[in-house]
Order: sequence, then C-alpha cells, then structure tokens
Amino acid sequence: MTQTPDQKPPRAGAARGPSPQDDEPLLVVRDLSVVFPSRRTVARNGAGGGSGSGSDHGAVWAVDRLSLEIRRGETLALVGESGSGKSMTALSLLRLVPEPGRIASGEVRLAGEDLLRLPEAAMRRVRGDRIAMVFQEPMTSLNPVLSIGRQVAEAIRVHRRVSWRAALARAGELLEQVAIPDARDRLDAYPHEFSGGMRQRVMIAMALACEPELILADEPTTALDVTVQAQILELLKRLTRERGTALMLITHDLGVVARYADRVAVMYAGKLMEQGDARAVYARPRHPYTLGLMASVPRLDDPPGRRLVPIPGQPPDLSELPPGCRFAPRCAFVHGRCREERPTLLQAPGAASGHLRSCFGFEEPSGPQGAGAPARAGTPAGEGTER
Amino acid sequence: MRTFLLRRLLAAIPTLLIVSLIVFFAIRLIPGDVIDLMLAQNDIATGTDRARIEAALGMDRPLVLQYVVWLGGALRGDLGTSLWQNTPVTAQIAERLPISFELGLLAMLVALLFAVPIGVYSAIRQDTAGDYLTRSFSLLMLAIPGFWLGTLVMVFPSVWWRWAPPLDYTPFFADPVANLAHMLVPATLLGLSLSAVTMRMTRTMMLEVLRQDYIRTARAKGLSEGVVIVRHALRNGLVPVVTLVGLQAPILIGGAVIMEQIFVIPGMGLLLLEAVFQRDYPVISGVFLVVGIAVLSINLLVDLSYALLDPKTRRA
Repeated sequence: MTQTPDQKPPRAGAARGPSPQDDEPLLVVRDLSVVFPSRRTVARNGAGGGSGSGSDHGAVWAVDRLSLEIRRGETLALVGESGSGKSMTALSLLRLVPEPGRIASGEVRLAGEDLLRLPEAAMRRVRGDRIAMVFQEPMTSLNPVLSIGRQVAEAIRVHRRVSWRAALARAGELLEQVAIPDARDRLDAYPHEFSGGMRQRVMIAMALACEPELILADEPTTALDVTVQAQILELLKRLTRERGTALMLITHDLGVVARYADRVAVMYAGKLMEQGDARAVYARPRHPYTLGLMASVPRLDDPPGRRLVPIPGQPPDLSELPPGCRFAPRCAFVHGRCREERPTLLQAPGAASGHLRSCFGFEEPSGPQGAGAPARAGTPAGEGTER
Repeated sequence: MRTFLLRRLLAAIPTLLIVSLIVFFAIRLIPGDVIDLMLAQNDIATGTDRARIEAALGMDRPLVLQYVVWLGGALRGDLGTSLWQNTPVTAQIAERLPISFELGLLAMLVALLFAVPIGVYSAIRQDTAGDYLTRSFSLLMLAIPGFWLGTLVMVFPSVWWRWAPPLDYTPFFADPVANLAHMLVPATLLGLSLSAVTMRMTRTMMLEVLRQDYIRTARAKGLSEGVVIVRHALRNGLVPVVTLVGLQAPILIGGAVIMEQIFVIPGMGLLLLEAVFQRDYPVISGVFLVVGIAVLSINLLVDLSYALLDPKTRRA
C-alpha cells in the first residue's frame, strides 16, 4: 500500500503481527442483548383480546445475551436465517441499533475497552476508524447526491486531519485497490452511474479508508448477481488478509462460511446456537440447528441423489418465544428438558476446546446431558469430510 | 439541456396566450365599463361624449379586433397605454415590478429561513413537545388568512403602543434601511403563511430521508449528527421542497396583492388593484401577462435547480 500523509497515528493495538496482546481477542462480546419494546396497543387490538398472558412478553429480544469473540485478523462468519438477529448484532457493535430498539445489556470490548460505556462522541471516533461496516444493500447504501470520491474521502476526513485534496487522492487509491476500472477518473461519478457490484466495491473502499481493526460485512453479496458475489468476497478476504483486519462476515450461505471463515457462529432467533472453528463445525456440527441448516443446502461432496432436507416449521415469533430452547419446536432431537429449560452456551462435549453450543445434547436423545457420548446419529453431512 | 430549454419556452407560448385571452375577455364582463366610470365623474356628459371617448380609446371596434390589436402590440413589447394615466403600460409595470419582486423575494427568504430549519428540527425531534409545538404553529399559520393577520398587525400595535408599521414607501436604492423597514412586516407575514406548508414538507421529507440506508452508512463512518443531517439528509430532502416553493409562486403573488394593499406598497399588486377598480383594461392585461411570465419562469428555474440538487437528472 502506498504511504500517504494521511496514515493513521500510532494507536494502542494498531500494530499487527506478533505482539504480546495477540492472545487477547480483538473484540469480546458478552451477554449482549438488543430489545425492541412491544407494540402493546397493536397486539391488543389486533389479537382481539386473546393475547392474555403474552402481552407483557411482547418486547422483542432481537439479540439475546449473545457472547462471541473475534481475534485479530480472523474471519468470523455469523450465520443464521433472516430475522435471526445477525444484522442487529453487527449494528449494536457500532451502537447504531435503529429506533425504537436499544441495547439492553452486555458489554462489547474492543481491545479491552467497553464500547457500550463510551460517550457518544468517543463512539463516533470508533465508527469508521476502528470498526467499519459494509452493508447488505449497495444500491441504497450510498448517498445518491454525493460523488463517490467525496463519499470515500469523507470517510477519511472524519478521522484524519487531511485536506480534501489529499483525502480525494487517497480515495482514488482505495478505489483502485478495490479494482474499480479507471478509479481515479471516476471520483466525480455518482452512485447511479455504478452497477451493484461496483457500488459494493465503493462501500468496501470506504470501509477500508481508515484501516480499521474490524470490518463488519452484513451479507455483502446478497443483493448482487451470483457471478459478482464471489468477486466481492474474494476481494474482501484478500484485502482484510493483506491488512490483518478482522472480519465479521454475516451470511446465510454455508458455502461462503466453508470457503472464507476461520470460525463460525450460528444464530437462531436472537441467540447463539453454536460457535467454533469453521472446519470443525462444518465437519461435525454440535447443534441440531446447524445440522438442519447443513442438511438443507446442497454440497459438492454430497453423494449423488442425496435429498435436501428442509428444517420443518418456521422460526419463532420473537415476541412469543417458547419457554425452553428456542429451536425445540422444530428440533428433530427434542426431549422433555428442551421444552422447559433454556440451554446456555457451553463447551460442546467431545469437541475441540472453544467449540461451544447451546444445547442439552442430542447425540443421545434419551440421556439429558449426553456428555462425553460419542456422536452416534444425526450427522447426515457424514464423517470424514474434514478438509 | 438546450432542447429541454427550448421545449419549455415553446410550451410557455400557448399558456400565456390562454391567460391573455381569459383576462382580456373576462375583465370586460364586469358590469360598468371604463367609460361609465369616466362619465360618472362628469355630470354634464351626453351620449355623444360617450361615443367620442369610445372612438378615442379604440373601444368602438369589435372585441376580437381589439384583442388582436393588443396581442400584436404585446408581441412587439408594447402593452398599450393606460386609459386613465395616458402613460405606456410597460412603463408603469417597469416601475412597479422591481418593488413586487423585492417583496416576493423577501417573503420567500423568510419562508425558507423559517421552514427549513424548523422542519428539520421537527423531524429529528419527531413526536417530542418541540415537534408538536412547531407543527401546531405551522397549522396555525396555514389557517390564519394573510389579510386578517396583516390588518391585526396594522391595528393592534397602534392601539396598544401607539406604534404602527411604517407605511411610506422608499425606493431601495434611495434608502435601503427605510425600504427594508417598510418591507419587513409584510414580507414576514407573507413568508410565514408560505412557510407553513414548506415546513411540513421539509419535516416529512427529512423523516423519509433519515430512514434511508445511506444515512446509516454516513453514521457508520463516524460522522457527527450535524454533518449527517446537513450534508447527507438535507440535500436529498430538499428536492421536493424546492418543487413546492415553485408551486407556491402564484400563492405568493396573490398574497402580495393583499399585502401591498394593506401596507401601501406601490408594487404590481397595488397597480392591478387600482386598474381593476378603474377598469383600466390595458393595465390589467399587461399585469397578468407579466405575472404569467413570472410564474412560468419560476417553474422553469425550479426544474433547472433539480440538476443542482439531484445528479441523476443532470445528464437526462
């Protein structure tokens, strides 16, 4: 990367590569909850008075006591169906949860500092500089009335004391790095002159502008053509690897996980179901939901003629969750305890250290804990798929 | 761009033609024509006097012919001669137009200075006490007729404090301070009544724009809320507001006629009013033609300003 006068000043934790802090994760999220207050009047009038006991549980916990970690330079994939709280998790890390939602509890430690306790002005200095975000919708995420050069340069100027001229020069470099053809000549172009894929490149350039420690990419390819998707992901992966930037890749595509992620966290209905090394999870999921997800998508190493098995049922209404495990109503391995108690995220028995799951155990449907029991059933993905 | 301009200018011609036709014939439908009024001041006039005056003013010819003659003159920039003052209509308008233009501009300025900041404030403080207060105020301004408010402003301060807004017109270039002092009250009243709708439109548009994804992007960059609102939201929100301001031009002109009357400002409105009372047909036709051109020009300017605000329309 070219050295320019707008290089960031040295900063604690900015040094990459081996350092004494390497063992400490870059980002530690503990018990993070995001809640949307209930629309009680709507519920009451709409349900014809039949909601009864559920009315004070009407608040929606979009993210419920979520804990996860991201190491420096690591790619963590956050996986789950639509509405499982992935985007809300990312937005809450930046403290940009849309109204009327709010972060109800928890801590978000970036290099040891709890972002949730920062004053707003200090939080603004984190946004874009230390944590940047790439959004799902490149078509609507750029301001239509500002030139792209200006929008990228602006991302630099918020955090660095440089002139517009220098910032624009740097924006040209960044746009070149994200492989926009004739980048320097197109600084004056407006978003409507770019295709979706090109706009997402602009978004990535913008995210890279201040060399953040962490990039949150919220389904960055969902809105794009299939042919463009791989290009964008490759670009994101390459640029983050070159810079040692940690990446939180939000996706519902397990193929993407297998290809790009170091570790994976699986979300369901606002809660983390499983977390672990991507290969290990992929090779042998320790949670029935992950299993179900994998059984419902085709894989290249499937034996010919394997049938895809969709997960039966629907994700629960977040305002009326079951009393026990959220996945219990759809789980093929459900047993009595699952319907009454809520499991917490714990080390999965028999798995490598750090492979966590939120399940009472399903390998032995009769035994409540299933601790230490070798997996016997329910791995349709099959053994020996480790790559 | 050039074809766009040309097309707009060509489209203006039939509009102006229709306006002039309607005005020319409609004004002559009012009972009591100009000669009745002239004769009413003179007790000894006879029927032969009437015929002589008609012939002298060219009003003995058929109406259609009179229109064609007037139109022919108008095309050459000659709007005829006032029936009473015996001065060219163009000269009278040239004298009055800048005064009305100043009043309109000031009113527009007041309207925008009130409406845009308050509309933005109302949007970012949605559903708070401040929002309700400003919205109620805007409704109030919408509901109160300008002529009533104007009369109140004239009457009450003089009753309470023995003070009245100044009513002596001074040309701007003779004494800007005295001129602005005179214009301030009517311009503010006019502007406030215009600002009501603009304020609501600004609020609605800002609420709409602030929900957009690119606002979230701007916040995620770490921009302060002020920059997000001014640089990212306001410009997007202003496009419809500018349209609205253009559409308000005729309302502004209508309001100006009343304010000029109340505050004795010798502008186009007062000229028109006097002309209507005196059935000074050429003056009436001339004023309406100029007002028509003004309204069309404002709308053209509004359309051109889109190019400044919205890059998507620039190359279209």
